Amino acid sequence: MSFKHNNIMTKGLVLLGLWLGVVGQSVAEYNLNFPEPVNAVGREIYDLHMLVFWICVVIGIGVFTMMIYSIIKHRKSKGAVPSDFHESAKVEVVWTIVPFIILIAVAIPATSTLIKLEDTSDADLTIKVTGLQWKWKYDYGDGVSYISSLHPDHNKARQLNSGIDVTKIDNYLLEVDNELVVPINKKIRFLLTSDDVIHSFWVPKFAMKKDAIPGYVNETWTTVEKEGVYRGQCTELCGKDHAFMPIVVRAVSEGDYNAWLAKQKTAAAAAAAEAAADKVWSKEDLMARGEAVYKGKGGCFGCHGANGEGVATFPKLAGSAIATGDAAKHIDVVVNGVPGTAMAAYSGQLNDLELAAVITYERNAWGNNASIVQPADVKAAR
Amino acid sequence: MSETMTHDTHHDEHPSGIKRWLFTTNHKDIGTLYLWFSFIMFMLGGAMALVIRAELFQPGMQIVDPNFFNMMTTLHGLIMVFGAIMPAFVGLANWQVPLMIGAPDMALPRMNNWSFWILPFAATMLVAPMFMGDNFMSGQGPAFGWTFYAPLSGQYDKLAFFVFAVHLLGFSSIMGSINIIATILNMRAPGMTLMKMPMFVWTWLITAFLLIAVMPVLAGAVTMLLTDKYFGTSFFDAAGGGDPVLFQHVFWFFGHPEVYIMILPAFGIISEIIPTFARKKLFGYASMVYAVASIAFLSFIVWAHHMFTVGMPVAGELYFMYATVMIAVPTAVKVFNWATTMWRGSMTFETPMLWAVGTVFLFTIGGFTGLMLGVAPADFQYHDTYFVVAHFHYVLVSGALFGIIAGVMYWLPKWTGNMYNEGLGKLHFWLTMIGMNLTFFPMHFTGLAGMPRRYSDYPLQFAEFNQISTIGAFIFGFSQLIMLYLIIKCIKGGEKATDEVWEGSHGLEWTLPSPAPYHSFDTAPEIK
Ligand code: HEM
Ligand SMILES: [Cu+2]
Repeated sequence: MSFKHNNIMTKGLVLLGLWLGVVGQSVAEYNLNFPEPVNAVGREIYDLHMLVFWICVVIGIGVFTMMIYSIIKHRKSKGAVPSDFHESAKVEVVWTIVPFIILIAVAIPATSTLIKLEDTSDADLTIKVTGLQWKWKYDYGDGVSYISSLHPDHNKARQLNSGIDVTKIDNYLLEVDNELVVPINKKIRFLLTSDDVIHSFWVPKFAMKKDAIPGYVNETWTTVEKEGVYRGQCTELCGKDHAFMPIVVRAVSEGDYNAWLAKQKTAAAAAAAEAAADKVWSKEDLMARGEAVYKGKGGCFGCHGANGEGVATFPKLAGSAIATGDAAKHIDVVVNGVPGTAMAAYSGQLNDLELAAVITYERNAWGNNASIVQPADVKAAR
Repeated sequence: MSETMTHDTHHDEHPSGIKRWLFTTNHKDIGTLYLWFSFIMFMLGGAMALVIRAELFQPGMQIVDPNFFNMMTTLHGLIMVFGAIMPAFVGLANWQVPLMIGAPDMALPRMNNWSFWILPFAATMLVAPMFMGDNFMSGQGPAFGWTFYAPLSGQYDKLAFFVFAVHLLGFSSIMGSINIIATILNMRAPGMTLMKMPMFVWTWLITAFLLIAVMPVLAGAVTMLLTDKYFGTSFFDAAGGGDPVLFQHVFWFFGHPEVYIMILPAFGIISEIIPTFARKKLFGYASMVYAVASIAFLSFIVWAHHMFTVGMPVAGELYFMYATVMIAVPTAVKVFNWATTMWRGSMTFETPMLWAVGTVFLFTIGGFTGLMLGVAPADFQYHDTYFVVAHFHYVLVSGALFGIIAGVMYWLPKWTGNMYNEGLGKLHFWLTMIGMNLTFFPMHFTGLAGMPRRYSDYPLQFAEFNQISTIGAFIFGFSQLIMLYLIIKCIKGGEKATDEVWEGSHGLEWTLPSPAPYHSFDTAPEIK
C-alpha cells in the first residue's frame, strides 16, 4: 500500500464522519487520518498504520457479521432452538494460530521501520532542544541559542475569558515568537533534554516524537522534503500550560538556512558582548528590557500574572516579600529556582543582563519600590 | 432451597440503621456498600468529566483555568479507576462469589468490613485538597495526570495527601483480594472443582492474584515520590543522581496489569450472561480459562509499551512490541468464543444481554486500537494523543463499565427480589450506547489528526470533533440518572422475581430464593 491509496480510506472515514451527523458541510477540510508525512520513514509508518487498520477492519467485519447474523437469525422469537455444541479443539486451535500468523506478518515490516526510525547515525546537522515549563529552547551551537514560546497575541487570547474570539486567529495556538529553522533534504538530528519536568517533542508531519527528560539526552531525527512551515505541540503533560508550548518549524533551502544561521551567529556574539561588558545600566533601561523579558522570553507572566497578581495557585509578586525585600534573595530565587516547585532556575535561559533587567522590573513594577539590580550583581551571585 | 430459609431465623438479630452498615460482616451488606460507594464515585468522576468536556466544547478558555482543567483530568481518572471501577467489581464479588460457589459468606468477614470502610477515607483524602484554595477555582487538588509521572508530581505541594490516599486504596484492594482468594480456594461447595467454577469466579480469582502482585508496586512508587519530596532522597530526581524514567517503569509495571484488573472480571460477567440468554453453554470454557490466565501472565511483561517514546534501546522497543501484540491472541480467542456461544443459540435480549452484547462489540473496537498502538513505530505517532484516549475508553467504558452494568442488571432481581423495569433498562442502554459512541468515536479522528491528550485548549482544526464529543458526553452522563432511578425503583418494589429469574439461568445463585436471604448456603449444596 502506498500513500496515494489512502483515498478509499479517507472516503470511508468521511462517510463515517457524515454518519456522525452534526458535522455538516465542511467535513473534507478536517483531517480524519494522519497528516501527510514529509519523509520516507513517515510514509512507512503511515503504510504500517494503514496495514494494521485494514487487518482490523477485515477481522472486525468477519466477527461482527457473524454476531449480527446470529442476533437476527438465532432468536428465540424466530423459533430458534439452541444447539448444544460447546467446544471444538480444531476450531479453537485454528483461531489461536491464525491471529498469531497475522501478527508475525505485521511484526516484520514494523521491525524494519522501527529500526530506521531509531537510527540517528550520519546526521548532517544536530540541534539541541530543551523543554522548559512552558516553552522550548533551541540550541544550534556557536552561541546560537534562543527560546521559542507561544506567540504573545495567542497567549493573550487563550487566557480565561480573554474576550478575544479565538476562532478569528490564524493558526490559533500554533504560532510562536521564534521559529525553529531547518534546511530541507538534510538528515537533522535532535538532541532532547529538559530543565524541569518531562516534555515531549512532536511534529506530526515529521513522524518524530521523543520525550525530553531531565537528566537524559534523547535522540531523534527527521528529514524534510518540502519547504514550508510545520507545526507541532508538546505531548507529555508538563503542568499548567502544557497546551501552550507549540513547536513551529520553518524548513528552508540550504542557502537560506546558511544565511540565517550566519546572521544568528553575529547577533548572538553582539548580545553576549553587551551582557558581559561591565556596564552600569540606568533604571529606565533595565525596566524597559525587564518588562520585555517578563512578558516575552522569560515567560514569567505565565505564573505570576501580567500585573504580578499571581495565577491560580502560583504566587503573586506585587507587594510580595521577596520582590520588595532583600535583592540577594530575589536574585537567588530567579537564578537558581526553587527546587520542588514549578519555579525554574533561569541561569541557563537568560544572560546576566536579562536576569538583572527582569529582577529590577519585578522589584519596581506594579507599585513595588525596591532596589535595582545590575548585571554585575547577577554575575557575582552565579 | 427452603432449608436455607428456616436455618436463617436463629441468627437474624443483626442491628438496624447506621450500625448495621458500619459493623456489618455480611457479604451481601458489604457488597451493597461497595456498589453504592462506587456509584457515588461514578457520579463524582462523571461530573468532572463533564467539566472537561464543557471546557473543550469550543477552542479558547471559557470555564476553568488550565490548572483546574488538569486537576479535573487527574481526579477524573483516579476516581474512575480506584473509586468507581475497582470497588464495583469488589462489590459484585462480595455479592456473587459466595452465592456462586455455595459458600455461606466470605472467608474473612471482619477484614471484609475493614477493606470497605477504608475507602471513604481514602477518597476524602484524595479530593480534600481541591477545597484548600482561597476559593473553589484555585483548588489545590493533584493536577499531574492519573499516571502522576515524576518529576511533575514532585512539584505538587500537597503530595502527601495523594500518597496516603493511594496507600489506603492499596490496603483496601489487597485485603479485598486476600479475602476473595481465601473464599474461592477454601469455601467452594463439595464437588465444585476448579474447572467447574463459573467464569466470573475464575476471572476474579486471577484478578485477585494480579492485585496482590501489583498493588505493592504502586505503593512503592508513591512512597519513593514521598521520600523524594519530603525526606531528601533522589529516586526520581536527576539532579540528585536519580532517574525519572525509573518512575515510569515502576508505575507501568503496576499500571499495565491494573488495566487488566479492570477488564478480567468484566470478561467473567459477559461469560455468565451470554450463555444464559443464548440458552446454550459457554463455548470453549477451558480455553476461556486458559485465555484469561495467559492474558494475566502477559500483562506482566508488556508494561513499557506505554513508554515507547522515552528513548529505550531499539532492542527493548522491539521486545515490548512483540510481547504486546501477542496479547491480541488470547483476547481474540475470548471474542471468538463469545460470538460462537451466540451462534445457533436461542437468544432473547433482556437488558443484561443487551449490555453484554454491546460490550463485546465495543470492547472489540478497543482491542483493535490496542493492536494498532502496540505496533511501536506507529505508536510514536499515536502516543499521548486522543487516539489513546479513544482506545482506553473503548476498553474501559464499553468494557469494564458496561460489564459492571450488565452484571448489576443481571443479578439485581436476585438481590432485590423484584424485576427491574425492562423499558427503562432498554432506554438507559440505548441512550448510553449513543452517548458513549458519540463521545469517544470522534476521538479516534481528533487523535490521528494530531490533538495531544490532556490539553485544556486546542487549535481550531479540532473544534468540530470536540464539539461532537462534548454533546455525546452530556447525553452519556445524564442517561446514568435513568439507571439510578431504575435501581431505586427496583429496590422499592416491582414485579416479583422468580428464583431462577431468567429462563436460561444456570448456576447455584439461581437455586436460592429471590431476594437471596440474608444468610444463604448455611449448609453447602452438593455439586455433581
Ligand atoms: C488487545 C489488547 C490491548 C493492547 C495490545 C493494548 C495496547 C496498548 C498500548 C500499546 C497502549 C499505550 C498507548 C500509548 O500511550 O501510546 C495502551 C494504552 C492503554 N490501554 Fe491498552 N491495550 C489492549 C487492551 C487494553 C485493555 C483490555 C485495557 C483495559 C481494560 C486497556 C487499557 C489501556 C489504558 C488505560 C491505556 C492508557 C493509559 C494511559 O496512558 O493513561 N488496554 N494500550
Ligand atoms: Cu498497557
